[in-house]
Amino acid sequence: MRDVAIIGIGIIKFGELWEKSLRDMAVEAALNCLTDAGTDRADSVTIGCMSSGVFNGQEHLASLIPDYLGKNNIPATRVESACASGGLAVRNAYMEVASGLSDYSLAIGVEKMTDVSTGMATYALATACDRDYEAFHGITFPGLYAMLARAHMERYDTTREQLAQVAVKNHSNGALNPFAQYPFPVTQEAVLSSTMIADPLRLLDCSPITDGAAAVLLTTVEEAKKFKSSPMVIIRGVGSATDTLALSQRKDMLELGAVKKAVHRALKMAGKKIQDIDFAEVHDCFTISEILVMETIGIVKPGQGGPATIDGLTALDGKFPLNPSGGLKSKGHPVGASGVAQVYEAVSQLRGESGKRQLNNPKLALTQNMGGSGGSCVCHVLEVKD
Amino acid sequence: MNVPKHWRAIPERYRMEAGKCRKCGEISFPSRLICPACNHNEFDLVNLSGKGKLLTHTIIRTAPEGFGDFAPYAVGIVELEEGVRIMGQITDCDPEKLKTGDKLTSKFRRMNEEGKTGMIMYSYKFVPDIGI
Repeated sequence: MRDVAIIGIGIIKFGELWEKSLRDMAVEAALNCLTDAGTDRADSVTIGCMSSGVFNGQEHLASLIPDYLGKNNIPATRVESACASGGLAVRNAYMEVASGLSDYSLAIGVEKMTDVSTGMATYALATACDRDYEAFHGITFPGLYAMLARAHMERYDTTREQLAQVAVKNHSNGALNPFAQYPFPVTQEAVLSSTMIADPLRLLDCSPITDGAAAVLLTTVEEAKKFKSSPMVIIRGVGSATDTLALSQRKDMLELGAVKKAVHRALKMAGKKIQDIDFAEVHDCFTISEILVMETIGIVKPGQGGPATIDGLTALDGKFPLNPSGGLKSKGHPVGASGVAQVYEAVSQLRGESGKRQLNNPKLALTQNMGGSGGSCVCHVLEVKD
Repeated sequence: MNVPKHWRAIPERYRMEAGKCRKCGEISFPSRLICPACNHNEFDLVNLSGKGKLLTHTIIRTAPEGFGDFAPYAVGIVELEEGVRIMGQITDCDPEKLKTGDKLTSKFRRMNEEGKTGMIMYSYKFVPDIGI
């Protein structure tokens, strides 16, 4: 396999983008990415999108998006793995370049979620769980993670304040991100008094419904040497894994098996340990998710995620910053775009281009993107070349 | 939901039929074609007891399409005596008083009316053994 570098990143401001369509958003992010790269060459394109069929009544994005991008004649693939669709799109583009099928491959993540009512959006998201044995019974995604939160609180004495601190920390980071949907801080009191959605999770424990898109352009490390405008970021590791779709079918629901395996594979491929990583963008679709993920990937021991968050371990100035972008919580969670947006942030930080939220000279980053209640996970290890 | 889709689910939703692996004895609900424990492919049908204990639960306050009229309602994961874990609604109780470990028994209940056809859906739900 060939070594692969990321030479272009593009994003649009996330939010309720009433004036922008699905295709507009995808094309705008892709153009921002190609402009950043300084080339418009793409030998193939992969689109990560979870549910344009339900959200927009539009499938066949592998034709639509290249069409409006002015690239009708290239191989195009649309991938779906619920909220991990974006990470999977980056992985697919990686495989295109690593295998030699493409020299330049573009990955675009996109989701247009606000053209439907909240009830309909909740229904669309619930298609990522087991339709017949979970969603049929009226469960929602906040509900699934609420059950995990309750189990975690009862097993490890995790507190409501510890969960709330994840939202406080990520909003504090997101307040410094011009692309964030909700770029403002929230207080612990605000989180703890927000509307109850699914006990014990409240509105400000949940990532929002978001329109957004992001894109990255990949090529070989050899080709990337032609582009000297910004430091070269190399994909050192790729990891992907799955677990049972239904939460009830897992032996231990608090162990995210897919996340554990995907991170292990990505780190092993990179020849690194979790302790080598300088920062990570992780899948904080709910406050409890970030705590579960930091325990699963080995940043802290099981049960220590809550106390470590309170102690500032994962803050922007902590020893292991998580979600400097603001995460899904503050930046927004356009489900198919989030995995690509994580890679956008990782590259931006590694290049030293993250403005007010810039970390101190990071070299090695991890992205962790998961689908459903942990039924799938895609991770990347990225390194900036000195 | 169309009629065949509803009809296919009747053995599971009405009678809690599960598959017991002839090789390793693992019980799968819903039944599968391949045993998740040993990959064997022969099963006997068994009816689950419906008796178990609550592992975790939530109270849904923002409901998905089709469930809005029922919120707030409790949904939990129940571990049955057979070791099988099932997600289902917990009904005929004050959801605020539910606790992990509560003993529950499955009952046949009306779920909701589905989509434009208004077809009435039925399924198992769980009820606490000690009224709360």
